[in-house]
Amino acid sequence: MSMGEAIHLALDQALAADERVFLLGEDIADPGASGPTGGLSTKHGADRVLDTPISEAAILGAAIGAAIDGMLPIPEIMIMDFIGIAADQIVNVAAKLRFMSGGRTTAPITVRTAVYGGLGTGATHSQTLEAWFMHTPGLKVIVPSTPRDAKGLLTTAIFDEDPCIFVEAVRTYGQRGMVPVDAGFSIPLGQADIKKPGTDVTLIGYGRGLVEALGAAAQLEQDGVNAEVLDLRTLVPLDVPAMVESVGRTKRAVVVHDAVQFAGPGAEIAAILQKELFGELAAPVERVGARFVPNPAAPALEAQVYPSADRIVAAVRQTLANA
Amino acid sequence: MTTEPQGGEPGAEVQRRIYELMTLMKAADDRLSKGIGSGEFICVYWPSRGQEAIAAAYGVCLRPDDQLVTTYRGLHDLIGKGVPLVEIYGEMMGRQVGASRGKGGTMHISRPESGVMLTTGIVGAGPPVAVGLALAAKRKGLDRVTAVSFGDGATNTGSFHEAANMAAVFELPVVLVCQNNLYGEMTPVEHTMKVEHIADRARAYGMPGVRVDGNDPLAVVAAMTEAVDRARSSGGPTLLECVTFRFRGHYFGDPMAYIPKEQFEAAEQADPVPRFRSRLASSGICSEQELDEIEAAARAAVEEALSIVTAAPAASLDELDRDLYANPHNCPA
Repeated sequence: MSMGEAIHLALDQALAADERVFLLGEDIADPGASGPTGGLSTKHGADRVLDTPISEAAILGAAIGAAIDGMLPIPEIMIMDFIGIAADQIVNVAAKLRFMSGGRTTAPITVRTAVYGGLGTGATHSQTLEAWFMHTPGLKVIVPSTPRDAKGLLTTAIFDEDPCIFVEAVRTYGQRGMVPVDAGFSIPLGQADIKKPGTDVTLIGYGRGLVEALGAAAQLEQDGVNAEVLDLRTLVPLDVPAMVESVGRTKRAVVVHDAVQFAGPGAEIAAILQKELFGELAAPVERVGARFVPNPAAPALEAQVYPSADRIVAAVRQTLANA
Repeated sequence: MTTEPQGGEPGAEVQRRIYELMTLMKAADDRLSKGIGSGEFICVYWPSRGQEAIAAAYGVCLRPDDQLVTTYRGLHDLIGKGVPLVEIYGEMMGRQVGASRGKGGTMHISRPESGVMLTTGIVGAGPPVAVGLALAAKRKGLDRVTAVSFGDGATNTGSFHEAANMAAVFELPVVLVCQNNLYGEMTPVEHTMKVEHIADRARAYGMPGVRVDGNDPLAVVAAMTEAVDRARSSGGPTLLECVTFRFRGHYFGDPMAYIPKEQFEAAEQADPVPRFRSRLASSGICSEQELDEIEAAARAAVEEALSIVTAAPAASLDELDRDLYANPHNCPA
C-alpha cells in the first residue's frame, strides 16, 4: 500500500482500538478531507475526527488540554510551515509539562504534520522544520521514509506517553511498499534501520531524504561503491549506537536530509560521529541538506535546493577521495 | 452584550468562607512580599495582592472536580482552589516539598488532585489548554467545568482569540475569567485596546460577556455562579471580566512608576479585603472577634507553611534526570 494509505490505516486502527484517541485539525473530516484522514470521520464519527477553525494555537492547546485529562489526541498541522503559530503550545507547554510539573501532568499528544517541499508551492508552504523540535527537550521527533515504517511508528507514537511530532512528506505519500496490516504492528522509537547493508560508506538519512539516499546508493553500486544506507527513522530518540556501529565499520559517513543543511539535524549527527569515532574515520563527515535559501517557487529553482542523488554521490566521492 | 449579574446574596457560611479565603490570600502575599523585600526569601514572584475577591469566588463557586488553569500571577488562585501553602511556597523557593519538587517554580505550579491543571508563564497560553480540558469533559459526558484565569493583556493575544472562538464554536463548558487589573505589565489597559469593556469582546465570539466589580466578592460570586451553571448545563462558555487592581505592580520589586499616585491611593482606599471585613461586621454575619480570629488563623497558617518550607531541603540534583520523558531510551540527556 502507499504511505498515505499506511498512515490512514494506523489512524483507523488506533481510533478503533482506543476511545481515548481522537483527531483534530483543519479539513480532516469528510467530505472536505483529502489526505490520509479521508474516510475516518464517516467511519468513527465527527466527534472523534474533529474539524476545527483555522486556529493552530488553539488546535494544539486543545489537544494538550485533552491529553492532560487522559485522552490521546492527534492534532494535525496541515502544512508544516504553519507550525510556527502553534509553536508556543508545542514548545512551552507540551514539551515541558512533565518536567515542570514533576511528572504530575503530561501531554501524550501526537502532532501529525506534512511537508509540502518540492511541489512548487513557495517558501511558506514547503519547509522541513524537524530541527526546531529536535532542539526542544521533551519532544520526540519521528520522520518515516517508508509506508511500513510510517504505520509502525505512528502507531507507537499515538500510544507513547510523551509528546511526539510525526513528520510526513507529501512527496512520499504515493510511495508504495509492503505494510503489515495487523493493528498491533508497531516499531519502537529510537531504533534505526539499515535499509541497505554496505561496506564502503554509510549514508545516514530519514524521511524523503532517505529515499534520495537509496537512489544514490543504487548509482554508486554501478560504480563499485557499496554504500550502506541507515534510516534513522526517529531524531529524538536518536539511535546513536546504530550510527556509531555502522560508521565504525564503514569509516565514512554522509548525512542526508531535506531540512536546510546549515544548523540542521545533520550537524548534530556529524558532531556525534566525529566525537565517538575521531581517529577512526577515513574522512570528515559530509552533509547533504537543503540549500540555505527560502524555498523558491519556480520548479527550475526548487530543483536545485534539495538533496539529489547526484549531490549525494558527489559527497560520497569526497569521502573516498580522502583515502 | 455586557449584562449585569442577577441573584440574591450567598448565605452567611459562604460569606464567611469567602473572607477566610481572601484573608489567607492576603496574608500569604503580605508575608511572602515582606520576606522577599527583606532578603529573608529568595524567589521570583508576581504578586496577586488586590485580586483576592476573584480567587475567593473560585473557592466557593467551583466543585473540587472542576478544573482551573491559571497564570504566573496565581498565588490567590492556587489558594482559592485548595493547593496547600507548603506546596506553593515550596515550589516558589525551589524546595523538595514544592508542588513539582522545585522544577516548575513560581510560574508553573500544577496540582491536578486539586483541579489545578496548569499554570502558564506565557501570556495567553492558558485559554487554549482550558479549551482542551473542557473538550475532554464534554467528550466524556461529564458535567465538569473548566475555569481559566488570564489578564487584560492576554485578551489581545492571538492565542486568546483562537481559544475563545473555539470554545464558542464547540459550545464548551469553560468559564473565561479575565482578571482585569488595569495594567498589562507596565502599560495601562486603555493604551492597548480600543474597546472599553473587555466583556464586550465576547460578542465577537458569540458568547455571553459579563463585567463585574472584581473587588466585590459577592458580585463576582453571583456572576461566576451564573457562568459556571451555564457551562455545567451544556450552555457553553462565558467571558467574565472582573475589574480589579494589583497593589504590587507587575513583578515583586516593580517601582510602579507608571501608576498615577491618585489611582493607587484610590485603590488602597477601596482595598477589597478590609472592605469585605467591614461589610461582614456591619451586616452582623461575623463579630469583630470572629474576624480577628480568622485573620490570626490565616497568619498562623502562613507562618507554619513557611517554617516547613524554609526547613525543607533544596531541590535534589537528580531531578534533572527525571520527568523529561516517560521512556527516555536513546533520548538525549
